[in-house]
Formats: sequence, structure tokens, C-alpha cells
Amino acid sequence: MSEAHIMAGHQMHVEGHSSELVEQSPFALPSKKLAIWLFIIADAATFAAMLVAYGFIRNADPHWPRPFHSIANVAPMTFILLTSSLTMLFGVQAAYAGKKKAAVGWVLFTALLAALFALLHIREWFGLIGEGLTMSKNPWGGSQLFGATFFGVTGLHLLHVIGGFFALLYVTMRYNSGHYNANHIETAGLYWHFVDLVWMFVVPLMYLLNFSR
Amino acid sequence: MKAGQMRGTGISIVMYVVLLAIAALQFLMAFSNLTTHQMLVRMMILAGIEAAVGVLFFMHLWTEKRTFILFVLIGIFAIAAMQYGWTDSFRLVYCGEKCS
Repeated sequence: MSEAHIMAGHQMHVEGHSSELVEQSPFALPSKKLAIWLFIIADAATFAAMLVAYGFIRNADPHWPRPFHSIANVAPMTFILLTSSLTMLFGVQAAYAGKKKAAVGWVLFTALLAALFALLHIREWFGLIGEGLTMSKNPWGGSQLFGATFFGVTGLHLLHVIGGFFALLYVTMRYNSGHYNANHIETAGLYWHFVDLVWMFVVPLMYLLNFSR
Repeated sequence: MKAGQMRGTGISIVMYVVLLAIAALQFLMAFSNLTTHQMLVRMMILAGIEAAVGVLFFMHLWTEKRTFILFVLIGIFAIAAMQYGWTDSFRLVYCGEKCS
């Protein structure tokens, strides 16, 4: 770039036209939203790799353990997570409508559902550990990799839920104090919906295939 | 509440019911005496539909610019393609000991 161009640019900046020098955001999205979408795509690759790896390991062993005898735990967990996605959506809608109190209420309710999901999940883990399941061995026979794959996949998801719980609390607190706006609530919401969608793949692979013939 | 917001809330509830119905279908399918392969294929199709509904309507991808929708679709395709090839496991699964 020639000196004349730089000078001209500097002149524009001085005259209050600096916005013309700033590159526009890709896809006309706010930077926060674009960042969370990029994170979601990258995170989807991580989950996909883990689930596909689980699929291959499971496929390789005809005597894969089948420790789940009912859906009494996983069905309520799925219902809670799906419902939390709806309450999060209501929170985002309320935030954009300028209804601060309603937005805070909905997002906090979502965080409560997240905590409930995590508690149910941890209770299930303790139940399996109580039966003798560890990362390297299982009490039901068959592949000893069952514990590692089960705790690996569900643990990664649980980590996302717990992280989401704290993120929702933090964003709500900042939004309530006026430091954050509706965009921040929406960004947190996108992350939360993603956590919900991943569960839709975890459930059939980790739990429901247990009941196949 | 404005008419647009009412409509938005209505669509959200309808989509939530659709997602619940698909999840319920998955749970019913679990007890339908299918083989592992049959169940896996059916459940992954249902999970894919659930994910598509969630991404389009809950994550509002539907309302974004077309170029961005294309960008996300290409990203998903790239991830799916990576899963097909990254371990070379399909070849090993289908030809077993002949390949080793």
C-alpha cells in the first residue's frame, strides 16, 4: 500500500469515517455468534469421532455388555434435556423482547434443568460403579472396553452439561446486572441447544442399542 | 406480546412436540425386536432428523443468510466425511483378515 493510500486512510479516520476501514463480519453475523458456531462445528467433530469410535469397538465384539434393563433413567433425562432447550428458547425470545425479568427466569430454569440432568446422570454412574463397572473392567463379561467407552462418551457430554450450567448462571448474572445483552443470551442458548442435540445421538448408541435382538 | 413473537413461541412449542415425538419413537423402537444393525440405521436416521429440526428451528439456522447455511452444511459434510475415512475401519470391518 502506498504512502498516499495510508495517508488517505488516516485522513478518513480523523474525519470520523473509521468504520469504512473496518472489515465487515463474515456472513454479517455478530462475532460472538460466529465464534460459538465455529466452536459448535469443532465440538461436533469431537463428539462424532468418539461416537464413531464407540460404534466400531461395539461392532467388533459380538458379546458387548448390555447392562441396561429399562429406560426408567434415560427417558426422564432425555425429557429434561429436551425441555431445557425449549425453556432456553423462551429465555432468548424474552431477552430480545426486552423482558429482562422473564429472560432471567427462563434461563435460570434452564440451568435448574441442567443441574437435574447432571444429578440423574451422576446417580446412574454411581449405580453402574456400584455394580463393579470401572474404566478397565466390567462385571457382565464381554469387552473390557465397555467402561472406558461408556464413561468417555457420557462423561464428555456430562462435562458439557456441567460447563453449560455454570455458563448459563454466569451469563444470566451479567445480563441481569446490565453488562450483557440479548446477544449473549442467544450465544449461550446456541451452545445449550448443541448439548441437547448431541444427547439425541448418545441415547440410541449408548443406551437403546442395548435392547436390540 | 407482538404477533410475530406469538408465532415464534407457537412454532417453538410445535417443534418441541415434534422432537419429543421422535425421541419417543426411538424409545419405542428399542423394544421392537430389531437386530442391532436394523435398529442402528433407523435410530441414526431419526437422530439426524432430530438434529436437523433442532439446528434449523431451535438454533435458528433457518433465519440466517444462505451463505452461512451453506457454510454450516459444508462443515457438517466435512465432519461426516472425516468419520468415514479417519480410521480406515470400514475397510477392516468389511474385509476382515483378508486385508491384514
